[in-house]
Amino acid sequence: MSQKVLLNATEVNIALHRLACQLIENHDNFSETVLIGIQPRGIFLAERIKLLLETSYKVKNIELGYLDITFYRDDFRRNDKPIEPSTTNIDFIIENKKVVFVDDVLYTGRSIRAALTAIQSFGRPLEIELLTFIDRRFSRHLPIQPDYRGRQVDAINNEKVKVCWKENDGLDAVYLINN
Amino acid sequence: MSELSVKHLLGIKYINKDDINLIFETADHFKEVINRSIKKVPSLRDITIANLFFENSTRTRLSFELAEKRLSADVVNFSASSSSVKKGETLIDTVNNILSMKVDMVVMRHSNPGAGIFLSKHINASIINAGDGAHEHPTQALLDSYSIREQFGEVAGKNILIVGDILHSRVALSNIFALKKLGANVKVCGPKTLIPKHITSLGVTVELNLKKALEWCDVANMLRVQNERMDISYFPTTREYTQQFGLNKKILDSLDKEIIIMHPGPINRGVEITSDVADSKQAIILNQVENGVAIRMAVLYLLASKLQKNEY
Repeated sequence: MSQKVLLNATEVNIALHRLACQLIENHDNFSETVLIGIQPRGIFLAERIKLLLETSYKVKNIELGYLDITFYRDDFRRNDKPIEPSTTNIDFIIENKKVVFVDDVLYTGRSIRAALTAIQSFGRPLEIELLTFIDRRFSRHLPIQPDYRGRQVDAINNEKVKVCWKENDGLDAVYLINN
Repeated sequence: MSELSVKHLLGIKYINKDDINLIFETADHFKEVINRSIKKVPSLRDITIANLFFENSTRTRLSFELAEKRLSADVVNFSASSSSVKKGETLIDTVNNILSMKVDMVVMRHSNPGAGIFLSKHINASIINAGDGAHEHPTQALLDSYSIREQFGEVAGKNILIVGDILHSRVALSNIFALKKLGANVKVCGPKTLIPKHITSLGVTVELNLKKALEWCDVANMLRVQNERMDISYFPTTREYTQQFGLNKKILDSLDKEIIIMHPGPINRGVEITSDVADSKQAIILNQVENGVAIRMAVLYLLASKLQKNEY
């Protein structure tokens, strides 16, 4: 197994600032917008973006929820073992809000497909956008593309892209792992 | 994620502590789901479930059906009173006929102890026991323990009292298995005639005085007297039973602590429990019913994930 650094901590930080600025361009003061971190790994990115918007760009009162998609996945009974569910916590109304899904890696698009179904249980959003830190090109199974991307990556199927966050993994970095 | 160690849920006796905890953790997530405005998830959309009720039921049947529908399964219902069982069809024939219609899971209630176990040896579907005679009622025990866990954070070390008709109660037996596996202390209380002779071999203690038993416990689970299963008289009169083993406000107020009151339903108000107790804040009877749907969703989901995967 070999691993290559795709982005180091400085590059991660630059990309995060750019994503935060792009969000402000489209969502102004976030009064009609909510962020939804996709469990399990999207929540670290969502929290980081929220923190950055609040501290560096003085955007206040950003609503952030967590969405677990386990029960909406299309691979139930197709995997060897069931996937462990995480917590869903959306304690605000999403009806007629602009929802931004936040996830770390966009690969086949199947998770986002599940998230699009799952979010309907909470109401009818005005629109849904997708922010993803890593966009793996040429690997989509479904017609789903991000609206905001940190970095586009070409990786072949047996390679894995891992996004590490300081609060969870000790440092900010993105690795390409070759099995 | 770990899996259940079993393919069927036939009784608490046949599952282990890890299975119970896995069911509880999964039920936590489903409890959040059933409190959303849209209470449905698509997980079991390609699964068909038959509810076979050879014995009467209101709560369990509704609860299973809701759980199945909230997981998006296709559901067929069957009750013995309106079926060919009356014409002399055997259990295996009835079930095999239903399975030929491509049913993946069977939820069954039957008046004969061991009916589920018998069936599991003869058919290919996943079987969930929804009560077999005076033997076991595993999902009821799971939801009871889950409700206790919800109140106290854990079940281990808690003193749980089961009062009433222990002899005929499948709820009592399943509860004893579940509570002991989770590390609780269990005591049973009731007329001596309604307490099985060797019950202490299950690791429970017996107390014939209700007041003393209540003083010991953190939770009292009040059972119904199952007149329909009694072929002889086990106590002189219902009035005398109520005087000795009925839970009322007076006896609760005389305790020096506040205990949690549970009841698996259906309640015979004024017999094993008075209305003011059943409707008091200490009673978590309706919480039990709510938790029942989440627990049954968890059981169905976890068993469905173990169904053969080569059918696509």
